[in-house]
Parts: sequence; structure tokens; C-alpha cells
Amino acid sequence: MNAEQILFILFGAVSLIGAISVISFRHPIYSALSLIVTFFAQAGLFVLLGAHFVAAVQVIVYAGAIMVLFLFVIMLLNLETLSVQGAIGRKLKGLAIILGILFAAEGIYIAVNALNDTAVASAESGAAAVTTTTYDIGELLFSKYLLPFEVTSLILLAALIGVIVLVKREGQEES
Amino acid sequence: MSLEYYLILSALLFTIGVIGVLIRRNAIIIFMCIELMLNAANLAFVAISRSLGEATGQVFVFFVMTVAAAEVAIGLAIIVSVFKHRQTVNVDEVNSLKG
Repeated sequence: MNAEQILFILFGAVSLIGAISVISFRHPIYSALSLIVTFFAQAGLFVLLGAHFVAAVQVIVYAGAIMVLFLFVIMLLNLETLSVQGAIGRKLKGLAIILGILFAAEGIYIAVNALNDTAVASAESGAAAVTTTTYDIGELLFSKYLLPFEVTSLILLAALIGVIVLVKREGQEES
Repeated sequence: MSLEYYLILSALLFTIGVIGVLIRRNAIIIFMCIELMLNAANLAFVAISRSLGEATGQVFVFFVMTVAAAEVAIGLAIIVSVFKHRQTVNVDEVNSLKG
């Protein structure tokens, strides 16, 4: 067992445990904190995969910005004073978990079988050792994917305007 | 580590997100589960990008993250305004379009 396998098992286990904690804790704050743990473990997996840029963005954007937003809203709404934000009934929960296990089996089946006969498998044997750097990502982003890149800025602008319209108090025009 | 272990891990994380959406009734936790699913997809993107030896998958992760950030901002604003109206974030109690 080499170092990469040990690290994969470590990060994979941490991210799975974190994910399970997200859906099993009663209190939303604990869920949010477990989600941060999951994001950090996934950043570790991205580093293992050689995607350093994605790992850095994962920590800065997800674990930093998005989770702060979540925690801010949870604390703003002060949900602990509310009655049980309960889960659904036991019977439905069992059904959901059975469906989930079926879904996972399907996903794993596809993940294992898709590699047997597609281009991914042939490429894997050929060009496995090539690592991609931030330079490559930047080059692709500003040449081949320039239009989608500009469209994302429109998405962010739309989100910004949407949020301002949503939270603006009605009847409060100009003061 | 070969590609399939990463894809299996990604499938498991996605499934946990799906189960979370099914069994939890708190809108904020449902949102977190959606983030979990987006992240599982990102993991698959990066793993396949690595095995193909090109950076396109990571460019797509960049786009997914942008959309996720926009979605979280809008979604949390909706949750806050629903909470202002109804004093709850339980999705079973917020089941009519008309406020």
C-alpha cells in the first residue's frame, strides 16, 4: 500500500463520514460544520488528483464563501428556537434509504462498467501520467471556453440583482 | 489509485446527497445536500480530467462552482424571505405557491 492509497482512503473516509453527518445531525449548524469537513477532505482528494487550482478554489469559494453564507443565514434565522425541524416518518425514511442504496448500486455499476468499453479506458492506458497545471486551465478558459466564461459573469450579475430584489423590503422605495 | 475508485466515491457522495434531500425537511439542510451532490459531480469531473490527461474537466468544475455560488445566494435569499412570511423553513409547511 503506497502513500497515495493511504491518503485516498483517509480523505475518502473523512468525506463520507462528513457527508453522512450532514444528513444525520438534527441541528443545521452541526450539519454546516460537517459539510465544511467534507469540503476540506474533497480538496485533499483534488490535490491527490493533481488539480491544485481546483483544490484551492474549493477551499476558498466553498469552504470559505459559501459555507459562511450558510452559517450566516442559519444564525440569522435563529433556527434553534424553532420546534423540531423533524425528519419524515420512519416508514418513508426506510423507503428513502432503500431507494438510495439502489441508486448507489446503479451509480457504482455505471462507474465500473463505463470504463470497460469507452474512450476513457483507452486514454487511461495511454496518457495517464500527464498532469494538468493551472496554466493549462487558464489557457483553455480564455481561448476555447471564453464565451461560457463571460456568460458566468452574467449569471453572477443576475444572482446579485435577484438577491437584492428578493430581500428588499416591500414599500421601502427611497429613504 | 485507478479512476474507478474515485468514481465510486463520487457515486457514494452523490447518493448521500440524494438521501439527504429525501429524508430531511429543513430547507437549509436540503440546500446543503444539493451542494454535496454538486461536489460529488466535481470529483468525477476532476478524476476523469486526470485520467484523460487534459484540463477540460477542471474548467467545467470552475463553471459548476460559479453556478453553485449563484444558486446558494439566490436560494438562501428565498429561504430568508419565506421565513419572514411563514416563520418556518420546513418544506412540508411551505406547500402553496400563494403566500
